[in-house]
Amino acid sequence: MSNNDNEQFDLNELEDRRGQGGLGDSTVQGTTEAADAIDGHLEHDPAEAVGRGEGVGEAIEVEGLSQGKIVLRRFVRHIGALFGLATIIIIALLSFLTMGIGGIDGLWHVQDPNSTPPVVNGGRPTLGLPTWLGGDGFQIGPYPFGQNTIGNDNFAQVMTGIQTSLIVMFVLGVVVLLIGTTIGSLSGYYRGKLDNVLMRFTDLVITLPVIVLGAVLGKMIYTLPTKWGWSDETKALIQRWMPVELALALGLILWPGLARLVRSEFLSLREREFVDSARVAGATNFRIITKHILPNTMGVIVVNITLLMSASVVLETALSFLGFGINYPSISLGGLISANQSAFDTRPWLFWWPGIFIILLALSVNFIGDGLRDAFDPRTKRVPSQRKLDRAAHRAHMDTRTTTATASGLGGN
Amino acid sequence: MIRFIARRLVTAVGLLLALSAVVYGLLAIALDPLEDLRTSTLPNAQALRDARVATLRLDQPWYERYWTWLTQFVQGNPGLAWRTQQRVADILPGAIATSVQLVVAATVLALIVGVTIGVVSALRQYTTFDYSVTFVSFVLFSLPVFWVAVLLKQFMAIELNNYLGSPSVSWPLVVGLSLVAGLFWAGALGGGRRRQLITFGFAFVVTAATLAFIFGSGWLRNPVIGPIGYILIGVGTAVAVTALFAGMRNRRALYSALTTVVVGLISYFILQGFFDDYEVNTGFLLGLLAFALVLAAVIGWAFGGPDRGVSVRGAVLVALVLSVVTWFDRVLQTFPEYYRISGGRPVPTLGSQRPNFSGDYWITQLDKMTHLILPTLALLLIGFAGYVRYERGATLEVLNQDYIRTARSKGLPERVVIVRHALRNALMPLASIVPPDFIAMIGGAVITETIFSWNGMGRMFIRALGGSETDPIMAYIMITGGMAMVANIIADILYAVLDPRIRVNA
Repeated sequence: MSNNDNEQFDLNELEDRRGQGGLGDSTVQGTTEAADAIDGHLEHDPAEAVGRGEGVGEAIEVEGLSQGKIVLRRFVRHIGALFGLATIIIIALLSFLTMGIGGIDGLWHVQDPNSTPPVVNGGRPTLGLPTWLGGDGFQIGPYPFGQNTIGNDNFAQVMTGIQTSLIVMFVLGVVVLLIGTTIGSLSGYYRGKLDNVLMRFTDLVITLPVIVLGAVLGKMIYTLPTKWGWSDETKALIQRWMPVELALALGLILWPGLARLVRSEFLSLREREFVDSARVAGATNFRIITKHILPNTMGVIVVNITLLMSASVVLETALSFLGFGINYPSISLGGLISANQSAFDTRPWLFWWPGIFIILLALSVNFIGDGLRDAFDPRTKRVPSQRKLDRAAHRAHMDTRTTTATASGLGGN
Repeated sequence: MIRFIARRLVTAVGLLLALSAVVYGLLAIALDPLEDLRTSTLPNAQALRDARVATLRLDQPWYERYWTWLTQFVQGNPGLAWRTQQRVADILPGAIATSVQLVVAATVLALIVGVTIGVVSALRQYTTFDYSVTFVSFVLFSLPVFWVAVLLKQFMAIELNNYLGSPSVSWPLVVGLSLVAGLFWAGALGGGRRRQLITFGFAFVVTAATLAFIFGSGWLRNPVIGPIGYILIGVGTAVAVTALFAGMRNRRALYSALTTVVVGLISYFILQGFFDDYEVNTGFLLGLLAFALVLAAVIGWAFGGPDRGVSVRGAVLVALVLSVVTWFDRVLQTFPEYYRISGGRPVPTLGSQRPNFSGDYWITQLDKMTHLILPTLALLLIGFAGYVRYERGATLEVLNQDYIRTARSKGLPERVVIVRHALRNALMPLASIVPPDFIAMIGGAVITETIFSWNGMGRMFIRALGGSETDPIMAYIMITGGMAMVANIIADILYAVLDPRIRVNA
């Protein structure tokens, strides 16, 4: 059993190393010798190991594939992640198609979410369920999510709020990626004094709860134009770009987690042979960082950014709920809930829809993150359900001569 | 070790100074104390403005104001909330106490529930139970607390109060909850299909019967635990604790746990009369608790045997649970009176205590508890998902270690492998995340406090930010920042003490 396990450890490590070769083209450049050694191992190792150890099937499966393809394969296998991806795409399409993007108008009949058409039917939602769900027949109607007391179309508002959340999510992801990766890699690669300074700076930012710093920065975006007496045009511009500004501000406080992770990855990777080889071959520090080490930290970065993005949806809406995030005339799902929470008894639809979409957005991104984590983690194993195992065991029992390696290998799990 | 602590403390103080300067600078830009006067049409607006600039010394550059503030703060004067003219030193103690009160119960519950479910989920890795737990924890991660809070107010307070006005059984609810309970227990206890079916049926029937009793008999209107409940809980705990930590084979452990229940029951009856005749306070009750635990330890010791520790631990655990039950039972006895005082709406949606309310120790506790229900639930729902994920990962990590295989291969029963070998090491990493987490909760319960109108630290911060008052914000920053740093140091020390592999280098 212990022999078996050693085997598996080796395999994983090999796969790991080979994967690193696959991600960035130039990683292997200076390290042909080492790469050859690894490849040489791989060629006869799985053959030897067939029928022993749990990771064997996996090793054969990924043989000859680039890291990108392996990750993609594993990701596609994660049903939750696929559902999440589909949900995000559908929601994004829905909101951008209905409410437009940039200057382009969408297809929905209310294009200004702050306009106040007359209230129809007491603002009740016109969305009808199909008859087989107990409704009066499926219909969308002019105001599917209802209207509030002054006539704002809830559908238009919710869709705009979704756009806000999506924009915040992506801008924040980019900002955190840039700052976190830069600080983390510099700190981990150069170590010493620079590391010390940068890490103390990171400690400084990480000490306070995110929501506190976020509220201060959100308040700043709100007060500065009036305080410094900017012109009305500038004010309008600032209000228009509120989501992007808030995302930038949040990005400025959310990067420390990523920076620490990247740093620790760099600390261990910089001691590896391929970095030495690259240095001997005359690569500059910049090249080693960007072309040799960074590609190997991709998994950590991607997963962490995704999870941060899902957290940012909840964070942005929470700040807007408190009144220190996105304000009128920009619309946030959190602001909608804050405005409508007292109307829960009389107009519950105003409260339900924004909340449901916040959860859907955050949940889908969370699942995508989980899928990515599994996809990038070389230790992930494909585990069939208990029922499949039972069936396989049953089959094996019926036909003892052709006991398959998979069934016995996985059966012990 | 002392050098290590000293060095960390010095770093922390430096960091705190830097933090205060940065935040003060940020606030100088972000806050606009003159906001209301800018658009004011009062004839004396300019004069008011000048006066305010003078009192807040806005004509000075921010670093000079910062220096004044810092020198005062170091001398123990955190300043003034200028809009209300309250001294920050007067607001702070109440705010801290409120925040701590709010967070302690939620953290403890989240920790217990989350860790338990996380461990079980890891033990049942790749089963439907595991996947369901993962899914639920993802959903909880994605829940916006402000949205949940509104729902809680509606369904756990308003509807519950309505229900208490006219109790009736809602059968779909009972069946639904029982189904969930049945599936949960079947998944958690695992085993073959037959065993799972039996577990499911048993859990379903027991839950349905309990719920039907609670809803049908109007128990919620007059909730008591009583001697019968006491015995049921006591024996249940004794058996569960023994089965888990000692194994039912270990008769000494079982008897010592059961003896503790009997002794507990006797003291329960004695205490009833005592509580009616004498006024008590928290200190006295804590003393009583300590006495109960020592008594239980003696019982466990007396049963002795080759493995004394197990009996002692089991008995102490049972005594702890029973002490809480006794306390809770006495608190619940004041419910009818509290119901009358509250005008038939015992679960409040706002505040941390009923205004103009006074009574003896027990009814004040009940008042605190009814106010804690909603915010605790909100914090619990959000917080516990994190512990589930964390503990699941930690347990899986430990279960893959070589020494677990060794323990199994030398023939130890699975229970011993899990509880004695795996669990202890799986719990260790918690030492490094719970202290910072707890502090982060105190500082970060901003939304919960705002929604439920608890006058804690978070609400003080939000109010001050809305009213452009620098001093309360700075006090908040210094206290949460300082506590966070201390918590981190404590976490490091705890970890170094618990894990011999980690050496403290000064």
